[in-house]
Amino acid sequence: MPRPVRFNIHPKQADIHDNIAIADMPAGLQGEGYFATSLEKVVGLARKNSIWPLPFATSCCGIEFMATMGSHYDLARFGSERMGFTPRQCDLLMVMGTIAKKMAPVLRQVYLQMAEPRWVLAVGACASSGGIFDTYSVLQGIDQIIPVDVYVPGCPPRPEAILDGVIKIQELVHNESLRRRNSEHYKNLLGTYGIQ
Amino acid sequence: MALTNEYIQQRLQEKFGELVTGVEQPYGMFTFEVPKSHNLKVMQFLHDDEALGFRFLTDLTAVHYPDAPGRELAVVYHLHNLAENVRIRLKVFTAVTEPDVYTATALYQSANWMERETYDFYGVNFVGHPNLKRILNVDEMDYFPMRKEFPLEDQTRIDKDDDMFGRGGHIN
Repeated sequence: MPRPVRFNIHPKQADIHDNIAIADMPAGLQGEGYFATSLEKVVGLARKNSIWPLPFATSCCGIEFMATMGSHYDLARFGSERMGFTPRQCDLLMVMGTIAKKMAPVLRQVYLQMAEPRWVLAVGACASSGGIFDTYSVLQGIDQIIPVDVYVPGCPPRPEAILDGVIKIQELVHNESLRRRNSEHYKNLLGTYGIQ
Repeated sequence: MALTNEYIQQRLQEKFGELVTGVEQPYGMFTFEVPKSHNLKVMQFLHDDEALGFRFLTDLTAVHYPDAPGRELAVVYHLHNLAENVRIRLKVFTAVTEPDVYTATALYQSANWMERETYDFYGVNFVGHPNLKRILNVDEMDYFPMRKEFPLEDQTRIDKDDDMFGRGGHIN
């Protein structure tokens, strides 16, 4: 028996009115032909919606990340369209998976090769705390070697959770002061990790 | 004739006599023990003999028995006769205070990395090994993690409640 086949001969016209996400305008002074706001807000807005992630995937969380990047969950909706596989050009280091102690210097090297400003997202229990691998060979959380901005819990976290983590990173990027990376406080923070 | 366990045992005892001890056959696999001074001689015999022909070293590892004074570390060799598809197990015991065992690298090339791994985890010093250094763990590690006196968990961790994770107390 042939299967009933339905062709899409009467396609519904997409309702794009009011359905396209547009970034909110920052607060400022507006008049006819001009708009004035602070540079910090504009830079924050631009950075927030064009984050280039650098995936550092070592195990099952990496598989969840691949689903997050795929068409179904689609991280590209949030401006993170382009995965960069070179640390020099990326803004966000996404560490997904168990980091063995032998891998730790490699991860640290990748972090050091990234240019400021840089953010770090630890995805999953292993990257955040070592997870179930409470053992002599596994790093007990990547925050032992590099500073982490957002932790995503889960073993492994669902793609929604990873998206939530990326959105949290976006909030940080959006609200970060332009002076933060030059501040004494930030230098001291890096100093606690032995990074000059 | 087929290579039976009885035949292997007979040939070994003809050649080495009283040195072959601890003969058993768990799950049908012929297992025996020799003094650690004779591990190479016995393996050379098993390798070269036409009828025995154990020319492949499948596995090499160690076991730590902390309650057996003088024979704490067992080095276990798994040998394979590929033609007859027969496997045997050879054990040598050594004291943990003097963990020196002769290397099998001259006889079996595959022993090279497996002896490095055994050194890495148990600290067995394979005398004559061409490159005896850590292979899997970080080079900075200053102990042998599979020995029983070292707990499995990372001891540098301070953010976990020890009572909830079986640390600090006794296992039983």
